[in-house]
Amino acid sequence: MKVAIFSTCVVDLLFPNVGQAMVEVLERFGCETALPTDQICCGQPTYNSGYRKESNKVFYNEIDALLSANADYIVGPAGSCVAMLREYPHILKDDPEYSQKAQELADKSYEFSQFLYNVLGVIDAGAQLDATATYHRSCHMTRLLGEKTAPFKLLEQVKDLKMVPLPHLENCCGFGGTFSVKEPEISKQMVDEKVDSVISTGAKILISADASCLMNIGGRFSRRNESIKIMHIAEVLNHNVDTSRIRYKDQPTTV
Amino acid sequence: MTISTSDKPFLTRVKESENDHFMQQSVAKAQDAQWDKRTAAREELGNWEQWRDLGEQIRQHVIKYLPDYLEQFSDNVTKKGGHVFFAQTDEEAANYIKEIAKKKNAHKIVKSKSMVTTEIDLDKVLLSLPDTSLMETDLAEFILQEDDWDEPTHIVFPTLHKNRNQIQKVFKKLGYSGTNDPEEMAKFARKYLREYFMQADLGITGCNFAIADSGLINLVTNEGNADLTMAIPETQIVVMGMERIVPSLKEAEVLDNMLCRSAVGQKLTSYCSFSGKQVVGESDGPSDFYVVILDNGRSNALGTDFEPVLQCIRCGACLNVCPIYRHIGGHGYGSIYPGPIGAVLSPVLDGYEKFGDLPFASSLCAACTETCPVKIPLHNLLIKHREVMMDKLKMDHSFNNVLMKGAGVATSSPILFKMALEGDHLGSAPLSKSKKTTVDNLFNYGHIEKAPSLGAGWTNVRDLARPPKHSENFRSWYKKHKKEQQEGVSHD
Ligand code: SF4
Repeated sequence: MKVAIFSTCVVDLLFPNVGQAMVEVLERFGCETALPTDQICCGQPTYNSGYRKESNKVFYNEIDALLSANADYIVGPAGSCVAMLREYPHILKDDPEYSQKAQELADKSYEFSQFLYNVLGVIDAGAQLDATATYHRSCHMTRLLGEKTAPFKLLEQVKDLKMVPLPHLENCCGFGGTFSVKEPEISKQMVDEKVDSVISTGAKILISADASCLMNIGGRFSRRNESIKIMHIAEVLNHNVDTSRIRYKDQPTTV
Repeated sequence: MTISTSDKPFLTRVKESENDHFMQQSVAKAQDAQWDKRTAAREELGNWEQWRDLGEQIRQHVIKYLPDYLEQFSDNVTKKGGHVFFAQTDEEAANYIKEIAKKKNAHKIVKSKSMVTTEIDLDKVLLSLPDTSLMETDLAEFILQEDDWDEPTHIVFPTLHKNRNQIQKVFKKLGYSGTNDPEEMAKFARKYLREYFMQADLGITGCNFAIADSGLINLVTNEGNADLTMAIPETQIVVMGMERIVPSLKEAEVLDNMLCRSAVGQKLTSYCSFSGKQVVGESDGPSDFYVVILDNGRSNALGTDFEPVLQCIRCGACLNVCPIYRHIGGHGYGSIYPGPIGAVLSPVLDGYEKFGDLPFASSLCAACTETCPVKIPLHNLLIKHREVMMDKLKMDHSFNNVLMKGAGVATSSPILFKMALEGDHLGSAPLSKSKKTTVDNLFNYGHIEKAPSLGAGWTNVRDLARPPKHSENFRSWYKKHKKEQQEGVSHD
């Protein structure tokens, strides 16, 4: 099975550890990966700011780049950016040249944990991590992509990992793309509440499936001189893996 | 136009809200409590998503055939001896009502809660009449009135920003000498209002739904004050937005069910009435019955991307889940329609000049879209507003605009992006800090505490991760990784 890596601009620019972990996990489960090098960004920064015309060029480039790999699936480490790819067919529905390509792209695109759990059918990725952690559920992954379960199911199975529920799970962390730079006054209050919620759990690690939210919450932790370790879910599922522990959903518990 | 509640700039209002800890706490508390109540009430109904589909269908259908339903409704009111007035503007509506009050020689007016009458600033207009007094009979609106006409901050809970001590102080002015116990204060207000009710000669209500095929008005309240407003005075005036129509009682039943569960987390509010002009054989109800149907900018939405905003049933659920509303409160929006629905509706009604800031004050988290019982794509409509402002009206002439356009170019050109990937670590060198960060695994290549231009918005609040060296970024790693894989294969 060939998987094109939708690396996202944030991972390309800032977080090689996230991309690397995702590729390693996918390959462990038999995916042949490819990284289309002309890809840049899903287009949210301009589209969500109202720059519709400028955004079209971004969409076209991303569609051409990601489809060029001729992969069976396109997988990315960010629920929000994948949700945006899934929006393309709606946004470009009247575009004579790209409406169909947009649909093809959307049909193949999955967020990393969603792909692992729903497409590959993995329940236990074989990982081990001795820690207490909490999970931040990103808004776009949950509400636009509609993926509410996969990350929790996969994290539940990580050996020695104790997951504590995050209060106010449903509240946005205040990232919101350009919102975080355009409306810092409001964004700050939102991220502060999120930081307080995380601290209240006593967790030592904050996990999420969206690198951007982690960058926001972690950035505020650092500014407030509060301690936390940040891990993308791909890093957790790639931690201390013992392949003998790997289990699929349709497999009985005792092998 | 009077949907505006403040002349202060948006950022000033945000700052004021940030300092209003009491307001923030009470909004957060109310949101949390409503979250549980609303969810439970919806779950109890079962198949909530199907109900939403149905609610959306009903509302879309009505908006599509709005002129026909308005005509049918108006015919049915007239047939029963009532009067209907279509008002284009707030002023037209308020003046028409004022004339009725004059004609009827009304001196004591009772009102039940209605956002539309706040929209047309009716209280002020009526109080300008000689010898006229007016009483808001909804408890919360009554408190606002007695507190020097303070502005409402929520469309369902207008006094969300007030605590019981503040309310006690307001009531003391009216001769109240009791404690700050909510029940005791409510009892006092009730007695106070009852006396006034009995002497009232004109009643004014809003309208939750207007039933087209019967000409009836549907009102839901928890205090019963709207029912008294309709039952006691001889003359009743109903003021409604032109979109508040439903075809028949059947659809009203569906929507009432969804409205009450969404607004207050109840199966049904304590009072849910359908009424109109008094007919032969009835002992109460108005003998004179007027309905004022208001446009006031609503038709701006018809036939545009913003048409779905007219589906709204004013349940307030989107306010109750909104993380922005949670922090800036109703006053932050500067409109009598705050929260997500307000951020979409206010610019439609009153333009971008006044309310252009609101669509940007959203992280697009889509909690509103997810909760809306009639499936208005609120967060998408916020993006639409941004599009109209940026693409069509070219409203942003700032340096940020240049930068955003630049972002459009940079994120659509692979060559430029690759150049950025190569230069980033070095480029950020003068900005990066050596301060030890308390956060593990986010700043593996250093961090930045003060970024220039657009990035300043970020670093005013949080530290920014410094990009890795080109040789250490993801793409370089991947290239190496692939090469190793291939070599591994060829060695086998
Ligand atoms: S937009 Fe939807 S959720 Fe908000 S008040 Fe209207 S009906 Fe309720």
